[in-house]
Amino acid sequence: MAMNRLKRWTSFSVPPRELSPAESLQSQIRKQDFVLGSFLVPYIIMLILEGMPLLYLELAVGQRMRQGSIGAWRTISPYLGGVGVASVVVSFFLSMYYNVINAWAFWYIFHSFQDPLPWSVCPLNANRTGYDEECEKASSTQYFWYRKTLNISPSIQENGGVQWEPALCLILAWLVVYLCILRGTESTGKVVYFTASLPYCVLIIYLVRGLTLHGATNGLAYMFTPKLEQLANPKAWINAATQIFFSLGLGFGSLIAFASYNEPSNNCQKHAIIVSLINSATSIFASIVTFSIYGFKATFNYENCLNKVILLLTNSFDLEDGFLTPSNLEQVKSYLASAYPSQYGEVFPRITNCSLEAELDTAVQGTGLAFIVYTEAIKNMEVSQLWSVLYFFMLLMLGIGSMLGNTAAILTPLTDSKAITRHLPKEAISGLVCLISCAVGMVFTMEAGNYWFDIFNDYAATLSLLLIVLVETIAVCYVYGLRRFEGDLQSMTGRNLNWYWKIMWAGVSPLLIISLLLFYLSDYILTGTLQYQAWDASQGQLVTKDYPAYALVFIGLLVASATMCIPLVALGTFVMHQLKRGDAAPVA
Amino acid sequence: MLWLLFLLVTASHAELCKPDAENAFKVRLSIKTALGDQSYTWDTNEEYLFRAMVAFSMRKVPNREATEIAHVLLCNITQRVSFWFVVTDPSKNHTLPAVEVQSAIRMNRNRINNAFLLNDQTLEFLKIPATLGPPTDSAVPVWIIIFGVVFCIVIVAITLLILSGIRQRRRKSKGLPEVEDAEDKCETPITVENGIPCDPLDTKEVHLNEAFVPEGERLTPL
Repeated sequence: MAMNRLKRWTSFSVPPRELSPAESLQSQIRKQDFVLGSFLVPYIIMLILEGMPLLYLELAVGQRMRQGSIGAWRTISPYLGGVGVASVVVSFFLSMYYNVINAWAFWYIFHSFQDPLPWSVCPLNANRTGYDEECEKASSTQYFWYRKTLNISPSIQENGGVQWEPALCLILAWLVVYLCILRGTESTGKVVYFTASLPYCVLIIYLVRGLTLHGATNGLAYMFTPKLEQLANPKAWINAATQIFFSLGLGFGSLIAFASYNEPSNNCQKHAIIVSLINSATSIFASIVTFSIYGFKATFNYENCLNKVILLLTNSFDLEDGFLTPSNLEQVKSYLASAYPSQYGEVFPRITNCSLEAELDTAVQGTGLAFIVYTEAIKNMEVSQLWSVLYFFMLLMLGIGSMLGNTAAILTPLTDSKAITRHLPKEAISGLVCLISCAVGMVFTMEAGNYWFDIFNDYAATLSLLLIVLVETIAVCYVYGLRRFEGDLQSMTGRNLNWYWKIMWAGVSPLLIISLLLFYLSDYILTGTLQYQAWDASQGQLVTKDYPAYALVFIGLLVASATMCIPLVALGTFVMHQLKRGDAAPVA
Repeated sequence: MLWLLFLLVTASHAELCKPDAENAFKVRLSIKTALGDQSYTWDTNEEYLFRAMVAFSMRKVPNREATEIAHVLLCNITQRVSFWFVVTDPSKNHTLPAVEVQSAIRMNRNRINNAFLLNDQTLEFLKIPATLGPPTDSAVPVWIIIFGVVFCIVIVAITLLILSGIRQRRRKSKGLPEVEDAEDKCETPITVENGIPCDPLDTKEVHLNEAFVPEGERLTPL
């Protein structure tokens, strides 16, 4: 078995999945506050304090134990096999809901081959006198997302039926994933090379295009100016820490699985540092692209807003066409206010205050808005079909890359266990996993599906991962023993463990994670109940609603099912040991 | 006398065409926005063209074929450029009902727009809503076609991989018994090249290759 593993991975020294930009961009999409003016500083600090040490820890454990996550933790301590099981459960949840994003990416790609793009114009209403009402109130991109793609219902209680269009795309997404994992790790490795390198190419193309867009510099200036008052807000640090977690893939078990294929003498310290640096460089690179496109969109909207005000004033006062320009707008406004006070007073309520800052500040939340923001920017570019196809193809590659990592984390323990491989060939096992996840994923294609998706997105992974990583760190440092682990590493790689890593593993990182957990809990207790954003078709915007009781129970189950694995398996092992001791005693 | 008549005519014109008069419509043009550098100035000649276009639209309405350019009156021309217009009947005493004018303009909106190199947004008739163009819809939505293509490719690829996997496994499980069979039979195969059978390797007799002289015979013994 060990020889097999060595053979399969000797061709690469660094498993390409770890270099994949998948996690970093996908975590940006998943992140709560996409646009934080000063996210760079907390991000870098959290990377050094949390990301690198924990990444090194997981790689070292995998390389030392040479087994998947369940076996590795069982070797460290028989009572801690539950950590591996919890990782598999979290990976399972993640794979269930994450492929829906790929389905949406497919949907948008297929719709990008039209002129004009379907999300750039509003459809007409029934008697062709104007545009559809919902589309008028919201924007055409929002309408396309909420009505055409999701066909979303007003609240989570109203389920609606399964929509056949997104369901078809979801089936296609799962078929593509199955195609890639069909042959096991060898084929997955080759596919990951492709899915990891292609997004870089597209990112470079987008970088060049993005930086040459009108207004891109506004977005970049916004990104790089630190907002000191936001640094004081703990939420910024929490978000940075959570993003590091997702971006590096800590706690999913996939790192341990991939590291177990490495040679024992592999220098995993260098590995960890290189991977985390490449990962953060990719994150920053992707952010530059994102912010330049964001700046373009904000500038475009700002100029549109100004033009609307100019048109309104020109029409109300019958000024000469072309007389009012953005540069003399303020002067003319004050002149008009003094010269025609009554008329100006009538028009005044309809004049919106246009501000570039306000456009840049619009916080982007949730996965859906990541689609909306980009499509809005793309529809204003020239040759928008090309840019749209490129962008969503890149998104698809990233998504499939992440899915491959997740499914590998699930399949490795399944294919490792002899009980299952004796009865079923590995194609059938992968097929079964894909089929079950696809069937469950149909829930997300219903009319209320996007609300359930948000539940999974917000609660399935965050708390459980934090707990898993905390238990991992404590297990290695205190249960297995830091000195023992240090000795193992030295005999394996021939290098001494630096004092920096020892301090991080034993002290700083666990403390950080505990404070993160406490923050989440206190946040929940303070706000009382959990709320979600629902789309109101009559107003054309999102409204906040409370979760119903059964949704809250479901959230509790989600978090509990992953975290309870750890104590349950520990208890089970303890009970089995007692029973064995009880059996052995009479015999002796 | 003539002076009085002229006064009367202009007075009646003023009566018929004024802002918010009955059956009057306001028109707004944004020439600079639409054409930028290539914009033309709005002068009396352009006004004449406008009146001609309106008269042309009215002539297309049944019962109004006798409408002349002189029947279209413009007033309150501002620098915006905006103005009001009415269409009078041949007697020049009454204005034609708004409904007729509205439907006539709507029918010929495209022609009027093109005469001035403008579009629905830059040549506005307030209170006359434009008919929006119908969306071009193909019979089969484009996305289903592309979806179908990708779907078929993926299915074919999966089938190929599964089949090759099954074949590999079958070859491996049949591999061991096949090797034993070959050793039992021990037949020397006869290969045919270009219709001439090659001489099989004669393993029974021993042939000496004279080129290799045995070592001992070359060297003289000590």
